Amino acid sequence: MSEQAVARDWSAYMRPTETNASEIDLAVDGIHCAACIARIERGVGMLDGVERARLNFTSHRLTVAWDPDKQEPEQFLKTLKSLGYEARPFDPNRQRSQSDPESRRLMRAIAVSGFAGMNVMLLSISVWSGNVSDMLPETRAFFHWISAIIAIPATLYAGRPFFSSAWSALTSRFLNMDVPIAIGVLLALALSIYQTIHHARHVYFDSALMLLFFLLVGRFLDHSMRGRVRVHAENIAALRSEVATIIGEAGKLIERPLSKVALGDRLFVRPGDRIPLDGDVVSGQSEIDQSLVTGETQLAQISAGSPVYAGTLNGTGALTLTVTAEAGQTVLDEVNRLLETATQTRSRYVRLADRAAALYAPLVHAAALLTCIGWLLIDAGWERSLIIAISVLIITCPCALGLAVPAVQVVTSGRLFQHGILLNSGDAVEKLAAVDVIVFDKTGTLTRPSAEVINLEAVPDDVVVKAARLAGASRHPLSLALSQSLEDFVSDDPSDTALDTYPDVSEVTGRGVEYKGEGAVMRLGHPAFCDLEGEAQAIAERYPNASLIAFRHGEDAAVFAIEQQLRSDAIETIRTLKQRGYELMILSGDRQQPVDSVAAQLGIETRAFGLDPKEKVDWLERLKREGRTPLMVGDGLNDAAALAAAHVSLSPVTATDLAQTSSDAVFLGERLEPVLHALSVAINARHAMNQNIALAVLYNIIAVPIAVLGFVTPLIAALAMSGSSLVVTANALRLRWKR
Amino acid sequence: MNALIYLIPIAVGLGLLGLVAFLWSLKADQYEDLEGAAWRAIMDDDQEPG
Repeated sequence: MSEQAVARDWSAYMRPTETNASEIDLAVDGIHCAACIARIERGVGMLDGVERARLNFTSHRLTVAWDPDKQEPEQFLKTLKSLGYEARPFDPNRQRSQSDPESRRLMRAIAVSGFAGMNVMLLSISVWSGNVSDMLPETRAFFHWISAIIAIPATLYAGRPFFSSAWSALTSRFLNMDVPIAIGVLLALALSIYQTIHHARHVYFDSALMLLFFLLVGRFLDHSMRGRVRVHAENIAALRSEVATIIGEAGKLIERPLSKVALGDRLFVRPGDRIPLDGDVVSGQSEIDQSLVTGETQLAQISAGSPVYAGTLNGTGALTLTVTAEAGQTVLDEVNRLLETATQTRSRYVRLADRAAALYAPLVHAAALLTCIGWLLIDAGWERSLIIAISVLIITCPCALGLAVPAVQVVTSGRLFQHGILLNSGDAVEKLAAVDVIVFDKTGTLTRPSAEVINLEAVPDDVVVKAARLAGASRHPLSLALSQSLEDFVSDDPSDTALDTYPDVSEVTGRGVEYKGEGAVMRLGHPAFCDLEGEAQAIAERYPNASLIAFRHGEDAAVFAIEQQLRSDAIETIRTLKQRGYELMILSGDRQQPVDSVAAQLGIETRAFGLDPKEKVDWLERLKREGRTPLMVGDGLNDAAALAAAHVSLSPVTATDLAQTSSDAVFLGERLEPVLHALSVAINARHAMNQNIALAVLYNIIAVPIAVLGFVTPLIAALAMSGSSLVVTANALRLRWKR
Repeated sequence: MNALIYLIPIAVGLGLLGLVAFLWSLKADQYEDLEGAAWRAIMDDDQEPG
């Protein structure tokens, strides 16, 4: 059955176009320069039946429109492969960012407020200069009316993002930054209309529009930075192939995206593949690597009737499963339940900007009220008192405060992106800056995601090469690790076949593989299979945590110890983190022995082993109760709930889906260093945010008395607002050049 | 001052023209791939890829 070709169910990926053709999106890996655009578009475009092939260089996605009767979509992948690119189709159900309506809405609002703001400003400058020269009141009124005609619809249109957010905050009895913004803009507009009707000297249309323009630009940059990260994350997910092989009618194998697999479907899992969904084994025997799910590094034996969990790695045997949980609910119920409660407690975190708004809005509104009362008391009349009170609100209009946090956020997420850290949540930066304890998972987080041979130097090179060439024929996890060690011997000549896997290797079920050629029989597998039990005993004593695999070819024999190695920079990174004063601990689901040895190597004293997901969450809850702010770094299914329970969390890109979605940020690459970068960038960002808020407050301290005394003119309002926004933005940009 | 009667509508009209042009370009997907568009400008269409 494993020989049978698998047909991919393409209809799940296609969508119809207006011209009766079909369209598909492919994530393409390996695009690095502009020449790739032409090569890919021509290569795919020249195929029969293809109407259009368009590559998006920013998102690394290829959209192909073609006639499905004339061309098999499989051919696109083959063509791309021959051009040297790996590609994967997108599952439309999981893809959210095809065309981003929110970013278009923001761009339209920016355009409208920019256009209207500039035209109104043009008229305002004439009025301002006219006020000190010889402008006739009639001309001024005419200019005000034109400004009103432009500004009223433009403000109402461009302000919608703020109005709707402020409204939903108010209806849920909560204050966010958009509430004072919306109030300020609407009051400025209303006051200006009133002044226009009464032919007064001062109107504030330009202030309202420029305020919206600045804030919209900040919001757009924030949104597009997050969009870039999301596109990247979706590409990674597509390239990691979120598909399952279904056994269809008459035993036909069909590859389908996970979202299209139903409960009770029969799945076929090849040796060496990851198990896509939770299920029960119907037939087949194998051993399962559960390290990603439980943190346990020893292999588990399974046979018909055993349950298997999504994310675990199948060993040597092919398996048939019935699906017991669909995509989206693939985990142990317990993990899901834990996750839910953990996520709820966490959403109570209030962002810095909103906390500032909650303090700021009542204060400013009270100040405006007092101003109004004060002017009434000294008998200035209702109208004049109200106008002065409103001008207080306009000048304190939280332009600088509204930009203080987003401006830093944009610069920071750009910097983190360069360091290979993709932010999942908007408040991750603020939360990272407050961390004082770092909790690590062991397997796949402190250690590399895959196991490696650790006693290579004890074995002669030619024996290693022979063993690794034989290992290439087996899908056993240990063989996989052994065949990886060939990478050190690879020559630059691609036609060199000296390192290719041996042909015609036969598998001896449950024992290993053998190859009859080159003199004596070559064997790889269990130590007993190669008559090396004595040596195996000795090696096992030296490396008590390692799994062993033996090799024999006549007199050439070796026992390889295979273990998950620490990430290459783990020791230095941990040392630096300690120097910076973070308290470190390891919480692992693995046995005591391997946890102790990793902890000893890294010099981490606090550690716990054999923990289940619930116990990990309990640890984090306890830390939080003690008033600590823990950062959790983990990758496994068993870490997901703990990741959500922590104050803030990170996971490597090799982590399970669930772990990635429950963490605040994902880091790329083999190294542990991004954890360090994330923390130091976040601390710098937090400083900049505080500085910005201080600057905004300072601006208010200067501006409010002027407004309270009734000296604010539109010119002063415009200068103060633009000036404070620019100062805050420039302060945020400073981060960009910081080390 | 009479010149203002037609100068101001012209000024606003030109601004509107710019706004409409921007909205059209947004609708025509011109902001979907900013990096790619920069490179496409210097690509040789008539040359076979080598």
